[in-house]
Amino acid sequence: MSDYDVIIVGAGMSGLAAGIRLAMFDRRVCIVEQHDQFGGLNSFYTRNGRLFDVGLHALTNYVPDGVRAAPLPKLLRQLRIPRDEWNLAPQRFSEIHFPDRRLRFGNEIGLLTEEIAREFPAQIDGFLRLVQAIHEYDDTRLNPPKQSTRVILADYLTDPVLTDMILCAVMYYGNPQPRDIDWTAFVILFKSIFLEGLCRPRGGVRTIIRSLVKRFRECRGVFRMGCAVQSFAVSDRRVQGVVLENGAVLTADVVLSSAGYPETMQLCHETSAQIEGRLSFFESIFVLNVQPSEHGHKAAIVFFNDNDRFTYDKPDDLIDPSSGVICCPNNFDETETIEGMIRLTSLADYDRWANLPPAKYASARQDCCQRALSRVIQAGLLPDIQPHVVFVDSFTPKTIRDFTRHINGAVYGSPDKHRDGKTPLENLFVIGTDQGYLGIVGSLLSGITIANLHVLSADL
Amino acid sequence: MTDEQVKKAVLDIIAIVSPDADLSNIDPAVRLRDQLELDSMDFLDIVMELRKRFKVEVPKEDYMQLASLDSCVAYLKPKFETAGVRL
Ligand SMILES: Cc1cc2nc3c(=O)[nH]c(=O)nc-3n(C[C@H](O)[C@H](O)[C@H](O)COP(=O)(O)OP(=O)(O)OC[C@H]3O[C@@H](n4cnc5c(N)ncnc54)[C@H](O)[C@@H]3O)c2cc1C
Repeated sequence: MSDYDVIIVGAGMSGLAAGIRLAMFDRRVCIVEQHDQFGGLNSFYTRNGRLFDVGLHALTNYVPDGVRAAPLPKLLRQLRIPRDEWNLAPQRFSEIHFPDRRLRFGNEIGLLTEEIAREFPAQIDGFLRLVQAIHEYDDTRLNPPKQSTRVILADYLTDPVLTDMILCAVMYYGNPQPRDIDWTAFVILFKSIFLEGLCRPRGGVRTIIRSLVKRFRECRGVFRMGCAVQSFAVSDRRVQGVVLENGAVLTADVVLSSAGYPETMQLCHETSAQIEGRLSFFESIFVLNVQPSEHGHKAAIVFFNDNDRFTYDKPDDLIDPSSGVICCPNNFDETETIEGMIRLTSLADYDRWANLPPAKYASARQDCCQRALSRVIQAGLLPDIQPHVVFVDSFTPKTIRDFTRHINGAVYGSPDKHRDGKTPLENLFVIGTDQGYLGIVGSLLSGITIANLHVLSADL
Repeated sequence: MTDEQVKKAVLDIIAIVSPDADLSNIDPAVRLRDQLELDSMDFLDIVMELRKRFKVEVPKEDYMQLASLDSCVAYLKPKFETAGVRL
């Protein structure tokens, strides 16, 4: 008998969700994670006595209590986690900011519709038709055709600025591909941001992680933390077991990997023709001794671009500060007492960061924090909070690569997704980033879907 | 084993799978899916839970047999009896 029915590589969102599903139905499950910390890309850490979230800007897919047929309530039901446990604070509003153009949006599509009618009156009919088309598109198919969103959007919107504004928000929240985005991914993300909405778990991402870890343990799932998988033992086109860093081998009937598709293929010494993702991000975190709203900054999230056109591509520089995302965690629920904070995300070039001489790395980080911040202040996207900054931290594409092993620090993985989770090995499946559902809610759903499809239903 | 006991066993499972569902006025002759907004993920859970609690297997091709409470009784009761389930 194998040591486990299922071994899962990675205690990120997708691994935890898959683990809960399987352990809930009495599978013997072990999650193997290289770090001592749970959460993967969306984890938390302590610096200078302060607790920081690694990734959390916002949880997407917010729907009010009582709505059932939507990804967030579905995944809570599947994991049997009471919604209260996540303590979600919905946003009031966010915005998309381009030169001389601003669109606010909230957790009801009405606000965005009104804003578009005001800023782009000639486009409103097209926009409403687009929303209708998005409602009607079946985004749940496991092998949808690849289609260019820019081509499809041209049937609905004729103003390139509006097209870019919508794409800016959608792309930053989950597009692995430069310049364009696959239509199915666009539909999923558009719904998750504009038709559903944004919220923040009070207490940050650890509120969610704690709840997942507790649930997995309740179901008697087993963790092997601080223990990297070095390779898979493969014979007869099956993974027989995983080989750990310390040489130990754990055997299993099925293996689910959240390490990414090309990364997973490397672990089995399989070659992969997969295109590697190359989009990575630089993020700076500014801790303030004031609340940003006291200085007039009230939006939860600002997606911005201050160029003529919005491109979304790997920059020819360490970072591209001309577009990005500003997140203010304080602006979700003002009664949550947290220190003032601004998180600022820009596209970045992994190779440039990876090739910096170690002596220059720290100053490059500092410099990029400053450049990114000055740029958004100059562009009028943020009040001048510089005198109020009491602490700065940042992470680079190299941090992401070193921490998660994602090739090129590609947060959203490869542009080629494997929606059915299958690999050339019959009992090895990918979950998470390269399966195709992205973000926190997406990766949780990914773990659930693949566990259901290839383990639970397969046994019936 | 009475029909009512089988119905209750199914409703107990639905209450766990879908805790916010209102189970007070279910018409046993009408499809559950139409009364409770159950989706295919929820149905999988009902099947998994039947297996976990009663060791009763419902193969995929028989999912339609679980459409309403009445059809659940017709389909599950003989299975429960064969499996020696005590309700
Ligand atoms: C800066 C940033 C901000 C973000 N903001 C948001 C946000 O606001 N909202 C949102 O919804 N999403 C956000 N995301 C995206 C979200 O974090 C990810 O989509 C999601 O966490 C991916 O989960 P995953 O399980 O697929 O992968 P990961 O989180 O990458 O998990 C993979 C896990 O596998 C482990 N692992 C890899 N290889 C091995 C190995 N060989 N052996 C053992 N363990 C291994 C890794 O250590 C990791 O823990 C953000 C991401 C970043 C980086």
